[in-house]
Amino acid sequence: MAHTLTNIAHHDSESNDIFGFWLYILSDCILFATLFSTFAVLHNSVFGGPSIKDLTNIHSIFIETMVLLISSFTYGLAILNLYKNESKKVMTWLSITFLFGLTFVFLELSEFIHLTLDGNNWQTSAALSAFFTLVGTHGLHVIIGLIWMLVMLLQLSVFGITPVMSKRLTYLGLFWTFLDIIWIFVFTVVYLMGAI
Amino acid sequence: MSYHLPTDSTQNSGKKTLHHYVIGFGVAVLLTISAFSLIEMRLLNDTALYISLTLLALTQFIVQSVCFLRLNTSPQGRWNLLPYLFMILIVIILMGGSLWIMYNLNYNMVN
Repeated sequence: MAHTLTNIAHHDSESNDIFGFWLYILSDCILFATLFSTFAVLHNSVFGGPSIKDLTNIHSIFIETMVLLISSFTYGLAILNLYKNESKKVMTWLSITFLFGLTFVFLELSEFIHLTLDGNNWQTSAALSAFFTLVGTHGLHVIIGLIWMLVMLLQLSVFGITPVMSKRLTYLGLFWTFLDIIWIFVFTVVYLMGAI
Repeated sequence: MSYHLPTDSTQNSGKKTLHHYVIGFGVAVLLTISAFSLIEMRLLNDTALYISLTLLALTQFIVQSVCFLRLNTSPQGRWNLLPYLFMILIVIILMGGSLWIMYNLNYNMVN
């Protein structure tokens, strides 16, 4: 009986922890909403420079989008193996997710470097400032997610699957899906609507 | 020593299944491809493009929230749903308000 009670208490604090992380993610959505508003207000203020339409390549954005979407799916497969308590498979899927995430960051950084080398950096115009801030903040989140994923891989190889580890992996799963959801709006508002 | 693995409670709103992931992934891929091909093919005029892109993005937002985040209306899931809806309300006020004010500001500056 006592055992059952402790289990329930444990269960409750765990749901509370995840709920807390959920609230953090929702507040991060509001951060992105402010950046989206800034971008929406400033996207035409090009100060005589090139518009965002002239600077972006839709095809590479399509590849970035697909890569991030696939990484979201492979993370889901990692979570499913977590339920089955198969540490090896979780690590395999996490590594695959990591590689897809890394590809995404690589593509985004090469776009940024390309833009900057052509003289279109964040100081060129208000529109580009807003562009780099919005897309860059998303990219920064992805980089933090990747570092987190590396730490998870290390911890999994040392500790295996424990209740604490599965809680941490759930946090990261929420975070990773959140990044994919934000990206839906980035590619729609910045790149596709920018290309009209 | 047996661990209490959170197989049934890893997410407050319930356990995820392969079924959900595959459906969510498939629908998200379809919606993404249609959004990009709308821009690629240019069969619609600008206003229709803006409207259809917005609708596609919102649909994908809902699909990913339901399939990947497992947002639902079960008694436990409601705890996640309520702050989520509140976030959407804040975002609408924030973005709508900013754009409204800035539009009027630009309008008054020009005229």
